[in-house]
Amino acid sequence: MATTTYFPEDAVKTEAPSLPSKLHEWIVTVDHKRLGIMYIASALFFFAVAGVMAALMRIQLAYPNNTFLPPEVFNRLLTMHGTTMVFLVGMPFFAGLANYLTPLMIGARDMAFPRLNAFGYWMFLFGGILLYFSYIAGEGLAGHGSAPDVGWFAYAPLTERAFSRGTSTDYWILSIILTGIGTTASAINTIATIISMRCKGMTLARMPLFVWLMLVVSSMVVFVMPPLTAGQIMLLLDRYLGAHFFDTQAGGSAVLWQHFFWLFGHPEVYILMLPGFACASEIIPVFSRKPMFGRAAMIGATIGIGMVSSSVWAHHMFSIGMSTSSNIFFAASSMVVGLPTGVKIFNWLGTMYGGKIRFATPMLFCIGFLFQFLIAGLTGVMLAVTPFDWQVTDSYFVVAHFHYVLLGGLLFTLFGAIYYWFPKATGKMLSETLGKWHFWLLVIGFHLTFDTQHFAGMLGMPRRIYTYAAGRGWDGMNLISSIGVIFQAAAVACLAWNIIRSLRNGAPAGDDPWDAWTLEWSTTSPPPEYNFAIQPEVRSSRPLWDLKHPEDPDWRYE
Amino acid sequence: MTPTAVLERTGATEQAGWTLPDRGRVAVLCLIVTEFTIFSIFVVAYIFYIGKSLSGPTPSQVLELPIWATICLLSSSLTVGIAERALKANRLPQFTLWTGATILLGLEFLRNTAVEWRHLINDFNLTITTNLFGTTFYSLVGLHASHVVIGLTLLLLSLALGLRGSMRGEGRRFELLAWYWHFVDAVWVVVFTVVYVIGR
Repeated sequence: MATTTYFPEDAVKTEAPSLPSKLHEWIVTVDHKRLGIMYIASALFFFAVAGVMAALMRIQLAYPNNTFLPPEVFNRLLTMHGTTMVFLVGMPFFAGLANYLTPLMIGARDMAFPRLNAFGYWMFLFGGILLYFSYIAGEGLAGHGSAPDVGWFAYAPLTERAFSRGTSTDYWILSIILTGIGTTASAINTIATIISMRCKGMTLARMPLFVWLMLVVSSMVVFVMPPLTAGQIMLLLDRYLGAHFFDTQAGGSAVLWQHFFWLFGHPEVYILMLPGFACASEIIPVFSRKPMFGRAAMIGATIGIGMVSSSVWAHHMFSIGMSTSSNIFFAASSMVVGLPTGVKIFNWLGTMYGGKIRFATPMLFCIGFLFQFLIAGLTGVMLAVTPFDWQVTDSYFVVAHFHYVLLGGLLFTLFGAIYYWFPKATGKMLSETLGKWHFWLLVIGFHLTFDTQHFAGMLGMPRRIYTYAAGRGWDGMNLISSIGVIFQAAAVACLAWNIIRSLRNGAPAGDDPWDAWTLEWSTTSPPPEYNFAIQPEVRSSRPLWDLKHPEDPDWRYE
Repeated sequence: MTPTAVLERTGATEQAGWTLPDRGRVAVLCLIVTEFTIFSIFVVAYIFYIGKSLSGPTPSQVLELPIWATICLLSSSLTVGIAERALKANRLPQFTLWTGATILLGLEFLRNTAVEWRHLINDFNLTITTNLFGTTFYSLVGLHASHVVIGLTLLLLSLALGLRGSMRGEGRRFELLAWYWHFVDAVWVVVFTVVYVIGR
């Protein structure tokens, strides 16, 4: 390179921009990297809010007959915690990762539709603000302004006008429709980017696994957000125009909403989970110093999960009294979805087997994920057995199961992803010491909180209760469960402090701190606005390996 | 040497011999898939509630086959196709003519729906609150009609731009609008079959 005109830094560094102009830049941006960071920062903010809600609920449940929270406040916290974690934390985190990393990994300069991208983000953010605005403006029962209290599943007909007075439920409906539109826009954009914007030589077979999984997740969003949106529209029609979709007095069905909701809701679990798999599939090979074991099987298993997961929804509904054949079908299909998931576990283990494992923080989180997600999968198969489900449905066993999936599985990989890609996004390393504190505190807190809940559920503790009588055998477990929250809060505080400290004076990261193989590490940290000065050309699934080892490139063997 | 420098040195400046699907087509296809899924949920609700109304009127008492409206809407798929070909061949007057014809056919379809709804509301007292039939009928047909309105708005925009002479060379974009319009027509075939044939 004879010139340095690709990075005209001296032209930019004329004057430090003022705060309003900086803010203005962020608000009007259509750059996929800035939008990605905004998505993830918003998701982390909502994560903190919903985490505080969870902590409040655990304080209430620490002792029997506790009066820390009144029942109606508890119900609102329960609803807002669930809704926030799913729609305002999990989904934007996925959108943020997809936004930030997909173009970089496929060697593109931006997403296919940068303005649509910004539209998706602002729809999500305003949807989230609308949900929380209900605390001020949502007119609840007897004129009390407050938040929705119908659960994140909002089972109709309990959400009909007759049973949910006031406007708080409407805030819930409208905010979910808005964030749903934002998510769909972002998913369509991701698909178009992956299909149409790949750099030369980046065939589907050579695409990084992260991008592959994002393609599958986005396709799932396109298919499964509509049942939720359609259900919400029907509910709005019922509440405002007097329609009877879920009105049992006019012959409407009390079960139809559950079908529509879970037709969205179960694939949604995989939509939340697959981005976690995507991160693990990038981190584990790099820190095991081996290419992914069984790459094609991994891709096939992902597509398999995508397809099978949309035919398992009614396992959430075993207790409503479906026909025996339905029960058998949904029990069987729910167990079948465990097969491709099991394939993935073996892919990751096979990658680590015989590898030269570096136990850096991102890898620690992925190893934690492997163990915890395995247990979550096993309790999932238990719940798929209809008679067992009848026994423990609506109990803390179910709560423990899905928190194992979403916290022990998803959150661990997302934290791993933060440690892995933070150097790329900011140019600064996060502290390994604080990272290890973060990891171990979270492991301890997580297991204290959720291991015990399995047993409380087996002993009959129902979920969604705001308090319980003493002497049922759950007291000690609930106390331990609540004590775990202290460790988890400390872990998240470590992360927050780590990020703040690193942004102020973290060690410089360089372009490629982990000696990785995908294209995002070939550009500077943070990448310039146009990502690549010259669009790269790839010849194998590990383009950076080829560049670093011209004597032994991958494309000779692929 | 940093990997970036290597990429810059060896990377091709041109992407010759490397073509990928058009991003607009991919996105509109995805949009159509997602819209189609919304419609299928409303269709499922309609079929699920056939014959479950606790009170009248029933579909067989009040619905008539909207043959003329169907002819109008389906032939508008043809006219929008001709308009698209005209635009791609840079024959702007024909483009204006056939887009105008498409809009008129769409408006005639909407007029028919309006007349049908007025008839149902005034003569049979069937509203969205009357019974399950009213609930599912108005929401499904209304959802479709609202998509016709969106399509017409975009077509009107194209027509206005065409009259201003700003549509030259926009054949690729107009093609995407034509896809959407074909989709709206295809959904009508489903709605027609479910509501006016099976449901009656």
